[in-house]
Amino acid sequence: MSAGDLANSTSSNRSASSMRWGSAAREFLRTVATVSVTILGLLALTFFIGRLLPLDPVLAILGDDASQEAYDRMVVKLGLDKPLWEQFIAYLWNSLHFDFGMSLTSGKPVTEDILRVFPATLELATVAMILGTGLGIPLGVLAAANRDTWIDQVVRVISLIGYSAPIFWLGLLGLVVFYAGLGWVGAPGRIDIVYQYDLETRTGLYLIDSLLAGRLDIFADVFGRIVLPASILAYGAMAYISRMTRSFMLEQLSQEYIIAAQAKGASRLSVVWGHAFPNIAVQLVTVVALSYAFLLEGAVLTETVFAWPGFGRYLTTALLRADMNAVLGCTLIVGFIFITLNLLSDVFYRVFDPRTR
Amino acid sequence: MYWTLEMTDPLLEVRNLRVAYPSAHGYSDALRGISFTLGREKLGIVGESGSGKSTAGRAIMRLLPPKARVTADALRLSGFDLLGASERQMRDIRGGRIAMILQDPRYALNPLKTVGAQIMESYRIHIKGSRAEARDRMLAMLEDVRIRDPRRVTGLYPHELSGGMGQRVMIAMMLIPSPELVIADEPTSALDVTVRGQILDVLNERVEAQGAGLILISHDLPLVSDFCDRVLVMYGGQIMEELAAHDLSQASHPYTIALNASLPPLDHAVDELIVPEYDPSWMTEAPK
Amino acid sequence: MTDAPVTQPRESLRAWLRAPTASSPRQARAQAVWRGWQRLIANRAAFAGLIVLVILVTLAAIGPWLTPYSVMGQDLSVRLQPPSAQHLLGTDDLGRDILTRILYGARITLMMAALVAVIAGPIGLAVGATAGYLGGWFDVVAMRLVDVFLSFPSLILALAFVAALGPGIENAVIAISLSAWPPIARLARAEALTVRKSDYIAAARLQGASPMRLILKHVMPICLPSVVVRVTLNMAGIILTAAGLGFLGLGAQPPSPEWGAMLASGRQFMLTSWWLAAAPGAAIMLVSLSFNLLGDGLRDVLDPRND
Repeated sequence: MSAGDLANSTSSNRSASSMRWGSAAREFLRTVATVSVTILGLLALTFFIGRLLPLDPVLAILGDDASQEAYDRMVVKLGLDKPLWEQFIAYLWNSLHFDFGMSLTSGKPVTEDILRVFPATLELATVAMILGTGLGIPLGVLAAANRDTWIDQVVRVISLIGYSAPIFWLGLLGLVVFYAGLGWVGAPGRIDIVYQYDLETRTGLYLIDSLLAGRLDIFADVFGRIVLPASILAYGAMAYISRMTRSFMLEQLSQEYIIAAQAKGASRLSVVWGHAFPNIAVQLVTVVALSYAFLLEGAVLTETVFAWPGFGRYLTTALLRADMNAVLGCTLIVGFIFITLNLLSDVFYRVFDPRTR
Repeated sequence: MYWTLEMTDPLLEVRNLRVAYPSAHGYSDALRGISFTLGREKLGIVGESGSGKSTAGRAIMRLLPPKARVTADALRLSGFDLLGASERQMRDIRGGRIAMILQDPRYALNPLKTVGAQIMESYRIHIKGSRAEARDRMLAMLEDVRIRDPRRVTGLYPHELSGGMGQRVMIAMMLIPSPELVIADEPTSALDVTVRGQILDVLNERVEAQGAGLILISHDLPLVSDFCDRVLVMYGGQIMEELAAHDLSQASHPYTIALNASLPPLDHAVDELIVPEYDPSWMTEAPK
Repeated sequence: MTDAPVTQPRESLRAWLRAPTASSPRQARAQAVWRGWQRLIANRAAFAGLIVLVILVTLAAIGPWLTPYSVMGQDLSVRLQPPSAQHLLGTDDLGRDILTRILYGARITLMMAALVAVIAGPIGLAVGATAGYLGGWFDVVAMRLVDVFLSFPSLILALAFVAALGPGIENAVIAISLSAWPPIARLARAEALTVRKSDYIAAARLQGASPMRLILKHVMPICLPSVVVRVTLNMAGIILTAAGLGFLGLGAQPPSPEWGAMLASGRQFMLTSWWLAAAPGAAIMLVSLSFNLLGDGLRDVLDPRND
């Protein structure tokens, strides 16, 4: 054996792998620091927005003809007499404990309200997510593998419309066509009044609860009502996901290892799904996590169109009544969710990206 | 059988092979009608970037992008028409009868799969048998390309390999189905100079052991002339000259002469390196 | 003495633009623009988007003079008429001609979009280019701020601001701009980072140029093409957000013919009078689509990547 063969052998000893863990720990700490600062900034921003309010928060609670003493008492109760920075600290403390104050409209703690309405949105968003990824990823792969053919053009057009059409308009059109016109789907609303008190809600997700209770009639009703809003919501996510998938796949398909796989005589299916696709899987996770943000946005509008009793409708109702505690609480929750999703996908990427292994 | 193997059929017959790509103004030619034949020998194709040498290699295997227009009077592997073959037939041929060795193993190997998985895939696409048989054959092949610890190497990922190791793996992977024709596209250009010789040795050994023909594509004239039996000199999508490797110093075409002259000599010092002057008539197609 | 050939002014302009080598910086710039323009119109989709936008802007400008109907005038005797020869897009629940309202609404939408672009674009460019060039604490603070804003989907952030400021067009524009500038800043910063170390910046600095001058005259022009592309691409989203705010009743208030608000008010009758929902939404989609197509085309022209 020649000296060259010795030089050709690889080196992987223990000190290299411990160095990897050390730098991973440092990365983690840096991420934690960044995220903390971002959350702080988030809270500062919402605090600032809260203070922007031209309305007097005291009068909003007490009404215009409150007496001076009631007013003063409320000011103390709300902590508005303290200096601004003290108010901010109190606000920080409360928010991090998920105490967003009392809602003007319901009289209950905002947190309680949010917990009550969230499952509806969660259910809608999850079904939409499944539809969106289930359709978006294969379409994106298909478009990339058949680049510049009619298949590609069709997928791109579908995607473009999903990007450009207002989601609430699609919802309205959907109702006109599929509900009023064809009668294929249920009426707006999550569940028929008749069933609403009949259903034992164990998870808060009606699709699951109705199956758990063995009530297929309720399941059919709930399903018929969720299918249209979820599809509309999914369309936007699907447009984004398929576009990104196509872009990532095109990048992979121009790489040398794809030519090598073809030169080996691998079948088209194997090249596209066995070779190229696994290489974008990690990137796709980030894309899917980000599309949840689209879904949250879309949920606000979709729930308004479909009278869906979820988080989005709670937010818009609170908005129209200037219920700032509720509005800011919801905004913060969305912010927290988004930051968490970003963080998770970042971590996932770092752990699974083969190039950093 | 779709072809008959006659003793008189050359291993590879190429006549008037043309490749054109659609561009803003009509089609632009990458290959303008090249012709040559190949037996069980080593043929070198030399040229600068843009000469069309890599395109020629890929055109033979029909690995060019779909928008490329490939035509030829004849493109035959041992009598079998490659141009008219269906995609299914080409998939059998690629890897099984014609293999391609690519330039840089860092990019030409799938970063997510182990070496073992990729070599096994290459084998099992073309040869029926059990996994155990495939495994044994793979380990034997890795030893044939002079890798010392084949079992350990099969568990490695491409980014854990050195350049020389990676090319050996590439050679093992592409030659394991025993193809008749091997096209090596710049196999040593991405390697350290010290390692190039070994890789060429390994390649040579394997090709001769399998009795295959080899096309070595490179921009490195001395390397090709040392290694190959015959040399084709390409420029501007055409073949400028074809000669036996040992006859290179007696080249007659001005381009080949200029290439020869531009090599820095090792035995005496020169003040200025000679730069070839390009005759525009070389870009126009010679009448066939 | 030879007679110089008399060329028409147009011919010589074409020749000037097509000359193989430029003899002045002005000619070189003009040639670059010309070539970019050729590439843009070669992309049929982008060209279509551009044409549609031009038509829309024209209609928005002169449209109101084209229709005989008043935008606010109610005529309850013709309420909820389907599309016909007199009312090409039908009438709404108060008897107003929908086509007229769409045309007026185009003005509102395009104006909102333009305002947001004019506010968010320069702010994002300035902050991002400065952060990228200066680095240090300014960069850190700016990017944390950007991160905070980017932690919200743009509609949610806009909703929060509108909740605080109150509904109305002006507040909606401010709210949307606040959510639109961060991505621009991030992009500008990325571009500035690539330029920061280059030799000509160093040369200008050695000549005594102040940081302000460097940023304004050297760094920002480099960032400009990507920023323009990004703003164009984001326009579609901005228009959708504006329409969304209108739909929720937080943007333009009735009887203003803003398209989102039209959809909201038409909702009650839409199950039986489909034309109330069709036109405004289609208009929104058309504008959004054109910006998307144009933005895609611009991106291909200005940041050419290999296919």
